[in-house]
Amino acid sequence: MDVILLQILNGLDKGSAYALIALGLTLIFGTLGVVNFAHGALFMIGAFCSVTLQRILSWSFETIDPDKTDFLGNPATVKTPYVVEWFGESTGLAIIDWSVPLAILFSIPIMIAFGFIMERGLIKHFYKRPHADQILVTFGLAIVLQEVIKAFYGANPIPTPAPSAFTGSFDFGLLLGFAENTIIYPYWRMVYFAFSLVVIGGVFSFLQFTTFGMVVRAGMADRETVGLLGIDIDKRFTFMFGLAAAVAGIAGVMYAPINSPNYHMGMDFLVLSFVVVVVGGMGSLPGAVLAGFMLGILESFASMNIIKSFIPGIDQIIIYLVAILILLTRPRGLMGRKGVMEE
Amino acid sequence: MLGLNQRDTKFLLIVIALTLFTPILLQPFPADSGLAQFNAGYPDLMQRFAIFGIFAIGFNILFGLTGYLSFGHAAFLGVGSYSTVWMFKLLNYNVLPGLVLAIIVSGLFALLIGYVSLRRSGIYFSILTLAFAQMSFNLAYSVLTPITNGETGLQVYNDDPQILMGENGITTTHFFGLKMNASHIMDVGPWQFTFNFGYYFCAVIAILAFYLSLRIFRSPFGMMLRAVKSNQQRMNYTGLSSRPYTLAAFVISGMYAGLAGGLLASMDPLAGAERMQWTASGEVVLMTILGGAGTMMGPILGAGFIKYFENIFSKINDQVLHGWFAFLPDGLENALVWLLHPFVGKGWHLTLGILFMLVVVFLPGGLVELGQRIRNMFRKKPKADNDGSHKPQQTPHVAE
Repeated sequence: MDVILLQILNGLDKGSAYALIALGLTLIFGTLGVVNFAHGALFMIGAFCSVTLQRILSWSFETIDPDKTDFLGNPATVKTPYVVEWFGESTGLAIIDWSVPLAILFSIPIMIAFGFIMERGLIKHFYKRPHADQILVTFGLAIVLQEVIKAFYGANPIPTPAPSAFTGSFDFGLLLGFAENTIIYPYWRMVYFAFSLVVIGGVFSFLQFTTFGMVVRAGMADRETVGLLGIDIDKRFTFMFGLAAAVAGIAGVMYAPINSPNYHMGMDFLVLSFVVVVVGGMGSLPGAVLAGFMLGILESFASMNIIKSFIPGIDQIIIYLVAILILLTRPRGLMGRKGVMEE
Repeated sequence: MLGLNQRDTKFLLIVIALTLFTPILLQPFPADSGLAQFNAGYPDLMQRFAIFGIFAIGFNILFGLTGYLSFGHAAFLGVGSYSTVWMFKLLNYNVLPGLVLAIIVSGLFALLIGYVSLRRSGIYFSILTLAFAQMSFNLAYSVLTPITNGETGLQVYNDDPQILMGENGITTTHFFGLKMNASHIMDVGPWQFTFNFGYYFCAVIAILAFYLSLRIFRSPFGMMLRAVKSNQQRMNYTGLSSRPYTLAAFVISGMYAGLAGGLLASMDPLAGAERMQWTASGEVVLMTILGGAGTMMGPILGAGFIKYFENIFSKINDQVLHGWFAFLPDGLENALVWLLHPFVGKGWHLTLGILFMLVVVFLPGGLVELGQRIRNMFRKKPKADNDGSHKPQQTPHVAE
């Protein structure tokens, strides 16, 4: 029992990342009808936003410390970050410590702007072209973004620690009456899961309860009619593209402490996220979220030793296997809408 | 000749001539000149031209004719490599059994994957093939280690059976005694040309592969595949099942990929799982699109182009750049070098990505279309384009 609970928890954080990326992919696909292979790159850029903010906040100047000398006897220099100088010792260090959550605020305008430029500058010209062309051009864009990041930040993963308040783990076992240390779960992963729920809830309520969201949903159902009613649906869809980019971006920001960002993390997630979207059903937002969590949990179950001893290697292929089975038996995916990309 | 009309015969002869004289054509600069680094006439690179040419020709039979975009073609390349190396391990270093096995195994593998994947089309087909390829890649890395030797990669060891080896067998790959790495170096004045048996072996196979694909393109079967691309639904309405045709195309192109993989292993008896990764599948897509999908010459051009730049562009470093711009004032020189630095050397993938995007946006027909446009510019009488307004519009997407 405790093992099963542990695996469910383990699957949640990866599942959250899948769900967030798949949500953005589905938003773009549902509104603009574009298959965006550069979405993983947006996730990666988000993760590098938190790296960048951490670096900006840690910018420091050097002063000579009169009391200390280094091992050669020269006066030692002390680095003081500017934020410490400006806000005082405790506030400054706290700001640096909390740079990852702060990066959310930092990344949202960047990602929305990025999404706008991407949609207006490139994707716009591909609405009338076949899906293969859309895949190809966004695939090219993903390569370019990835290489640009590599040129600036190098090829090695950059550790980006979470705030020190969230280091350590929480013992779920004690809470539920199991023995000590059977179900332990890092705090930051809990935060990530909660955060993803908030974002997903936010996106859904935005679509469900605002006028803007209502128009967008109407546009997803029948773009032409909405346009005939005198609503500039293109503008709203462009905004949705920006929103999807922001969702992918903040998912990346928060994921940085779990997995040190490197330039190809986007591609790694992209392949799986596409599988998630297809399993959930192309164009279905609840389907994407559900499939994201489901596949994340399934993946962590498959890596249990008992299961691996039955079917060796199952942990490596389970997601793809499920995707193949679902595509062949339920072509529309778990919750796909009728008529969307069935052929 | 050979069942081709006059125009195609001429085309084939040109291709044969180009392939056979590649060691000379790609070596335009004298060996001791400053431009010698742009020479591509060394065996390793020429072999890659031919091999990836075969790979791209095969991919083009599927993507160019039927429009099915497979994102998992590298799986067949990997399977081909593994089977060839296994033949080296079990029999001896003769490449023939290995290549035959590579074609058979990858064909069977393609039959299996194709049978399942071709039940869907469009983006779903791409994702299914991608999923299969990633599955094979992950399995090759983990569970199938006894067959694939995991991360180390499969190679031939001294204690392998090699039952046909005999007492003093040849210890490098060979074709009935002709060694793949045998080279004849010819000096003509300051120029130096290398004629390598391995290259010519690959080149002859590539020409055969090219001829076969030319025949496929011109055959009724090829016509049927084109019909699948232009309107599959209409084809189905006429009561014709297109599945056998697409499946045949998929298997043929899988066999091409397996042959290319087998040749890769024949030139260098080593096979690793990274050959099956999806980035490798992406590469062949890049080659085909960059050259021009659906044309005969496009994939070969694309493969040559990418492999050339991969090898030559990545060799350009800051020193070389400084050398080029030495005639400029220092400030300008440094600025130019700084500007170009991210695009050369290790950053050549960036150049490739940008180039690829430009091609997809502006030249959907790839390099071949570029050539045609340039030729049309110089033509006196522009061809009257009178069917422009009568072309059927593409069906808009549901969500639009």
